[in-house]
Amino acid sequence: MAVLVFLAVAIAASIPLAYGFRMALMRAAPHHMAAPARDMPLTAAFGLLVILLYVIVAAFAPVLAPFPERAVVGVQFQPWDGTHLLGTDRLGRDMLSRLIYGARNTVGIAFATTALAFIVGSLLGIWAALRGGWLDQVLSRFVDALMAIPSLIFALLLLTIFGTSVTNLILVIAAVDATRVYRIARSVAQGVVVMDYIEAARLRGEGNWYLIRHEILPNALAPLVAEFGLRFCFVFLTISSLSFLGLGIQPPMADWGSMVRDNATLITFGNVTPLLPAGAIALLTVAVNFVVDWQLYRASGLKEQG
Amino acid sequence: MNAVLVMIAQRLALGVLTLFVVSVVIFGATELLPGDLASALLGQTATPETLAALRTQLGLNDPAPVRYWAWLTGVMQGDFGTSLATRRPIADMLSARLGNTIFLALYAAAIAVPLSLILGVLAALWRNSLFDRVANAGALSAISFPEFFVAYILIFLLAQSGFFPSMVRISPAMGLGDKLYVTFLPALTLTLVVTAHMMRMTRAAIINLLASPYIEMARLKGVSPLRIVLRHALPNALAPIINVIAINLAYLITGVVVVEVVFVYPGLGQLMVDSVAKRDIAVVQAIALIFASAYVLLNLTADVLSTLTNPRLMRRK
Repeated sequence: MAVLVFLAVAIAASIPLAYGFRMALMRAAPHHMAAPARDMPLTAAFGLLVILLYVIVAAFAPVLAPFPERAVVGVQFQPWDGTHLLGTDRLGRDMLSRLIYGARNTVGIAFATTALAFIVGSLLGIWAALRGGWLDQVLSRFVDALMAIPSLIFALLLLTIFGTSVTNLILVIAAVDATRVYRIARSVAQGVVVMDYIEAARLRGEGNWYLIRHEILPNALAPLVAEFGLRFCFVFLTISSLSFLGLGIQPPMADWGSMVRDNATLITFGNVTPLLPAGAIALLTVAVNFVVDWQLYRASGLKEQG
Repeated sequence: MNAVLVMIAQRLALGVLTLFVVSVVIFGATELLPGDLASALLGQTATPETLAALRTQLGLNDPAPVRYWAWLTGVMQGDFGTSLATRRPIADMLSARLGNTIFLALYAAAIAVPLSLILGVLAALWRNSLFDRVANAGALSAISFPEFFVAYILIFLLAQSGFFPSMVRISPAMGLGDKLYVTFLPALTLTLVVTAHMMRMTRAAIINLLASPYIEMARLKGVSPLRIVLRHALPNALAPIINVIAINLAYLITGVVVVEVVFVYPGLGQLMVDSVAKRDIAVVQAIALIFASAYVLLNLTADVLSTLTNPRLMRRK
């Protein structure tokens, strides 16, 4: 029951927070941005607030953390007290500090991976749509073949082959995810390349690279941005799962997935500490989903019927 | 009737082709290595003699197509080769675990599919009500939770107080009742993870149809809302619903990997994770092939079933 009470309190507390944040945003936003801020649902305001908090924590991790990331500062599995607010972990490192550094490592790596997947996937997708013909066929059939394998399974296969390290992790997940981005980017770009202004630019003698940067990308950006949010959630969850399985971000780097794994034994003794990093992962994903949901709703311009 | 058979034959042929391509990708992935598998496994310190010995042992001296053909014909006959780490035949390692994993996935599906259909229909029926809002927000949150978070919350709530075991020790001698009891927590975890998505899609598919003229007609002649949803909207929403069920059952395949590790469940997923850590590429390839085949077959079944439910797709020229 304690969990339900905690949940109720958390929801009750986040509503005024989200409300206040929306008010502040309305005040602070320049005039042409004020309308979307006013119409923003509370869930989206809450999501934005949470994302902002994570970015601040990640940016100022060394200032905020009371202890260094990798230093052993006490005995193992110390309970919560004044010096170690959230206790210590399996090796006696400060939980709170590692949680704070984890924001930087886990979220940073997930963001870098998503960005890489997006650059590769969307450029290839747009290029395929622009060129058409055999290039499009070869790339698309290749991507189809890769997508017939579940992404986590394929990532595990590639990690076996190349070995587990942070660089390999980023490259492997980015490669697997780029196939999904390719699909979206290609289908969006296909709608754009048939437009008259593309034809006009071609007749003007512009090259493919110019067409992609100046004509197609600006017109394909809106759906791609929403997709970026969703893909970030997938990548973030995949990386956390892999780290949890011991195959992702390697110790001694502080990372939320492996923190859960390392300290999981505490849960069977009724201690909630190992749930905190998992909760941090969940909270950020929920927040991003809330914002993406709002953006998709805005972009589609649809209201549900009935 | 003839058209149905032709359609199924076409899809089957496409499925076999996909499986072939998937097997090529899974086998060919090892060719991506700079150098070869032997030098990757032995690392920098390997002497030329040990390298040559390992190459002979792994059969790396043959060209890739020959090795692929030998591997594929072996797999067709149920021979997956031997594990690099334990030297045991892979088929023996897989047989018991495959059954366990299928049991867990079916158990989760048996709870999740009816549950999400009922919740989805209710949410569509009472749309924009408090129930709908709570169900939607809950579903959106549940989608965002990593599997191990859900699993540990359940352990914290249900296992720590002694209702259910947090580690699954399963043996072939167990009765069905006992088996269902000890695997309840992993099955519940998987259920919670997939139900959210299926429920949301069911609701969306039904609500999408509620704006159609024939629904308006049914409403005007005084049919009750429950009957409209069940008799008029649901049959036409079946195609997308079947698809989303298949996607989620396929998702269960990857979901079991994490859940099996949390609950120390002796299934394929756990074996795969162990083998990845040991870089036992032969075992990983075998399990990846099994998971990928299940994924392809599920998608194929969904494709056939959703075509069968829609007469318009059947008559398509």
